Amino acid sequence: MSELAARPTDPVVGRRTPHESAALHATGAAVYTDDLAALTAGVLTAWPVQSEQAHALVTLDVRPALDVPGVVRVLTADDVPGVNDAGVKHDEPLFPSEAMFHGHALAWVLAETADAARLGAAAVRVEYETLPSIITVPEAIEAGSFQGIPRTIRRGDPESVLATAPHVFEGVVEVGGQEHFYLETHASLARIDSEGQVFIECSTQHPSETQEIVAHVLGLPNNRVTVQCLRMGGGFGGKEMQPHGFAAIAALGAMLTGRAVRLRLNRTQDLTMTGKRHPFHIVWKAGFDDDGRILALATTLTSDGGWSLDLSEPVMGRALCHVDNAYWIPHFVAQGRIAKTHKTSQTAFRGFGGPQGMFVIENVLGLAAPALGIDAATLRERNLYVPGQTTPYGQPVRHAERLHTIWNELRHTSEFDARRARIAAFNAEHDDVKRALAITPVKFGISFTLTAYNQAGALVHVYKDGSVLVNHGGTEMGQGLHTKMLQVAATALGVPLEAVRLAPTRTDKVPNTSATAASSGADLNGGAVKHACEQIRDRMAAVAGRMLGIDQRDVRFSGGRVAGLGVVPPGSVEVSGSSFTFAEVAQAAYHQRVQLWAAGFYRTEGLHWDAETMQGEPFKYFAYGAAATEVEVDGFTGVSRMLRVDILHDVGDSLSPIIDLGQVEGAFVQGAGWLMLEELRWDTGDGPGRGRLLTQSASTYKLPSFSEMPEVFNVRLLEHAAEDGAVYGSKAVGEPPLMLAFSVREAIREAVAAFGPDGCSVDLGSPATPEATFRAIMAARAAVGAAGERPGTDAAATTAGPRLVPSDS
Amino acid sequence: MDPIGVTVNGVTHPLRGVAVHTSALDWLRDLGLTGCKEGCAEGECGACAVLLAAPRDDGGTEWTTVNACLVPAAALDGQEVVTAEGLGSPEHPHPVQAGLAEAGGSQCGYCTPGFACSMAGEFYRAGRTAGDETADGHHGPNGFDLHALSGNLCRCTGYRPIRDAAYALGEPDAHDPLAARRERPAPGPAATRLGDGDERFVRPASLDEALTLLRDEPEAMVVAGTTDWGVEVNLRGRRAALTIAIERLPELRTLAFSDDASLEIGAALSLSEIERGLDGRVPLLAEVFPQFASPLIRNRATIGGNLGTASPIGDTSPALLALEARVVLVSADGEREVDLAEYFTGYRQTLRRDDELIRAVRIPMPLAGLAAFHKIAKRRFDDISSVAVGFALDLDDGVIASARIGLGGVAATPIRARATEAALMGREWNRETAREAASVLGTEGTPMSDHRASAEYRALMLGTALLKLSRSTPFTTEEVPA
Repeated sequence: MSELAARPTDPVVGRRTPHESAALHATGAAVYTDDLAALTAGVLTAWPVQSEQAHALVTLDVRPALDVPGVVRVLTADDVPGVNDAGVKHDEPLFPSEAMFHGHALAWVLAETADAARLGAAAVRVEYETLPSIITVPEAIEAGSFQGIPRTIRRGDPESVLATAPHVFEGVVEVGGQEHFYLETHASLARIDSEGQVFIECSTQHPSETQEIVAHVLGLPNNRVTVQCLRMGGGFGGKEMQPHGFAAIAALGAMLTGRAVRLRLNRTQDLTMTGKRHPFHIVWKAGFDDDGRILALATTLTSDGGWSLDLSEPVMGRALCHVDNAYWIPHFVAQGRIAKTHKTSQTAFRGFGGPQGMFVIENVLGLAAPALGIDAATLRERNLYVPGQTTPYGQPVRHAERLHTIWNELRHTSEFDARRARIAAFNAEHDDVKRALAITPVKFGISFTLTAYNQAGALVHVYKDGSVLVNHGGTEMGQGLHTKMLQVAATALGVPLEAVRLAPTRTDKVPNTSATAASSGADLNGGAVKHACEQIRDRMAAVAGRMLGIDQRDVRFSGGRVAGLGVVPPGSVEVSGSSFTFAEVAQAAYHQRVQLWAAGFYRTEGLHWDAETMQGEPFKYFAYGAAATEVEVDGFTGVSRMLRVDILHDVGDSLSPIIDLGQVEGAFVQGAGWLMLEELRWDTGDGPGRGRLLTQSASTYKLPSFSEMPEVFNVRLLEHAAEDGAVYGSKAVGEPPLMLAFSVREAIREAVAAFGPDGCSVDLGSPATPEATFRAIMAARAAVGAAGERPGTDAAATTAGPRLVPSDS
Repeated sequence: MDPIGVTVNGVTHPLRGVAVHTSALDWLRDLGLTGCKEGCAEGECGACAVLLAAPRDDGGTEWTTVNACLVPAAALDGQEVVTAEGLGSPEHPHPVQAGLAEAGGSQCGYCTPGFACSMAGEFYRAGRTAGDETADGHHGPNGFDLHALSGNLCRCTGYRPIRDAAYALGEPDAHDPLAARRERPAPGPAATRLGDGDERFVRPASLDEALTLLRDEPEAMVVAGTTDWGVEVNLRGRRAALTIAIERLPELRTLAFSDDASLEIGAALSLSEIERGLDGRVPLLAEVFPQFASPLIRNRATIGGNLGTASPIGDTSPALLALEARVVLVSADGEREVDLAEYFTGYRQTLRRDDELIRAVRIPMPLAGLAAFHKIAKRRFDDISSVAVGFALDLDDGVIASARIGLGGVAATPIRARATEAALMGREWNRETAREAASVLGTEGTPMSDHRASAEYRALMLGTALLKLSRSTPFTTEEVPA
């Protein structure tokens, strides 16, 4: 095992440890960014003037706002000393002269109270010169409205194989976006300190980039700007790129007024102004042999990027890299392009395009199984990767055998076959309600596809009393990163968990950090924390060796004691002088002028990626999992319920089982929300509200509540799963389990099929809301009447269906 | 007129100088109690949940949970509130807080104080008894009703660990101060006058005072639970020159059979109070309550409020229409009673004059033998209906003697499905009748398409409602549903 992955005896990692802030959370004592503002005297509130058109040239008259009592200032483009841009692609003017979406912030009002700021914003007069707008992806495709660089992954000769494959299917499907709906909306609090430093408390997943954007907006070097993130009330990718502009507004306001400025979006502002998971438009064509083996797949993905590029290119890159999910597809072409529409700029969201990519193949398999006459679970299993195979982008699928281990074990523990039989009997007895049980796999690549991001830093201090303070570049958004980092530091230094404290993330402690994203927070920062701790430990070992009269290589740190190899087994009574406390050694080290702090650094080794050819090994490893979900669908309403969910997921050897279990469960339910319930609706009509988000509040955008929790929810982590390439043998966990939720969608599809004739292929909208499901039920029932012919989209049987976009145009 | 302050976590904080439209949430946060969070400001997410001491029928106190974002601070004059900070501290957490923390019930933690408060409300519920009804899928072995948490959203955990924490709770211990507080009376209403000039909040001391005030200033905003008005204030920036709070007026809090043997339900009773008070005696309403928003809303929302806003998608209206309810309106000039079916006159418009209050609704007795409520929504709990249908059918020897069907979500007002009722009358209640009447029901109203559902789906749901009813209801003839 690698040095990175190996664990000492009695490690603190792997223990069941609640979230480090759990007691603070539950008692209301945990402080979030806007809580600081509530406790800051004399703070000004910033409020946006939002565009009421989707696309228009705008002219502002801000004078009426200044007449509103309490209004202090209105921020406009004229106030920007640096660059008037909030993005990294220079396509996001902070104060635009052209409104690019309904809700776009055109100016910001600063006032003594939120009420005054709101009234001030309402008083700003905006003149619109309406321009044509593009709202839907089909509209963008029609108009040729794209942005960024299109990419293609190709292997083999899919066109020829599709021309001759025994069974060919094709189709077009759209998958909806998703609102992050972190419970804490975007928030920043900026002030200028006594030394002229711009200090911003921000709910951000990427403090370094927030710092950089604020600095360039203010025209300052990065060393004049410090960003701190205490903790976030949820992020899910929504605070990776989107906080920067808001932080810049607060900072600009603070600089111009000399007062603290808070900017907290209310829920409607957050929904109408910030980006979401990309909706995708998917055209596909797939060929199978008689045994159901996939021969070839050709697909064109068009994402709805919204008004600016944001992270749309890497999101598409990851989507293309996950079209295969866990399946061997010998001949393959997937091309991706980004539509430019007049909507919010879509951004990172847990899975980062991976879910939309996997949607392609899971949808294909779900549709094809009945038409091929093969049970969907069998069809999926038959096509799983086996060791030795590579992905379409050329990366070997290391540990592909785990897919089969997981699959077989889950089928066993979920009593898959027996329950299937019971379900068939249930369905035979019930005309108005149907059940189904579906199993789907996940294979998800871990590492940023932008290779440079795969680095991290940490700063660890040991004080003379033996207490430890850890800084690292990652941010805490609920995923338990800080808990894991405490466990890593305690393990590396051999001290109890209570001896370690973690300081809030700050850009003046660890510079040039990567976003806490791509599930990589623990891998990267864990590597850096471990590196820092080990430097200190090795120096302390030299001191302790002298104290103990042994070679420093034989010194062991465990549970807050420092002793020679084998001298003090844990729990036994020590012999005087045979060991020292960690604090005693720290004290001695100080007196010997030995450095007790260290900077740690980590870079993921072995990655290479050619973004032009879309070939290489962009991922350190793959995370695997599978889920088996049983649903019940009501034939009168289309309402579906999850009766039972069984999950087996691979997190390597878990750093923190309570945390990892929570990530798996939470991701699954969030994924189920995306696929079953959560629906973003925009006004696509030609009226004055064109482009307006219709689902712009918690009462119209519905995320899963207690009533959507699976009635039986069995989640297990794969055992004996050490990953050699990651800290203490663990694996990333944040994103991969979200895609286990395809089992829900596929189960709904199969339950709907049970309303139809045998071999009924079900085309299911996404999300599969009650209404979409009911439509599918009506179609399935109608197929009962269509005698003889097997329904489906087998192109061999029917020439109807959409034209496939040329595969490499 | 005495108190002009609120007791929060045992300490009284003055209300003087607080703006009339300041929510309890903002007021608490300004006090430094930032555990109370804003997640949506419209009563959907529960991140601002707090405990409020409310009177119990037996003279004691119950800890009800409410959304602080929807309640004006002014409405809490003289009352007692407990926030997450008041339940416990990181060093000395309350049992619900310790349970949540240990079970992994918090991830980002933003929703957690609200969950702790909702959980505490259920922890202290009188009548929560171990071993009851665990088979229904939403009660724990400790009697904890999971529906108590249905108004709290969590985006991180997937809820399982929160459920486990709830089901593992024991009983309050002997020294629990909040448990002991239940044995003493809750604070009475405090007549309140707050604000001046442009914006005033008044809680009248008596019905007469309220009616006089309303006669003199008929444009006043009358509020009870403020679950609708709070949304208007927070999300749409509405303000009122005069807000009159009426939910503690005794004349509006009746629950009794009146002289003509009809059931009278006071307009200002909260839905939770009505649910407890009726205890299943009106089965149709008993079906509505668990599906109406969430406990955090039902603990404040009133039947008068639901009829006062006259929303076409309010959930009580279809049921009350099916029950042939009548609305009792009162003004300084006296009382009058109108048929609910005639009460709605247009989109959010009614027969109620500006100087009138809804005092009560009356439900004629006896009730129809066959009643059901169907709600179609994206989410099973805490959602707004796309379509709601209330059924009340009387069968006489298998023949439909009377049929009343109330519909929500398919027209500008809640409506009666008169054509369907006619199609059912006098027919034998069997599969064929249901099928034929269903095709009539599918054409009732004028459903629209919006972000909740398409017009087509709404019409289809009307069409399937009777079929679903027929499948879940035994026919009295020899025919038996499959």
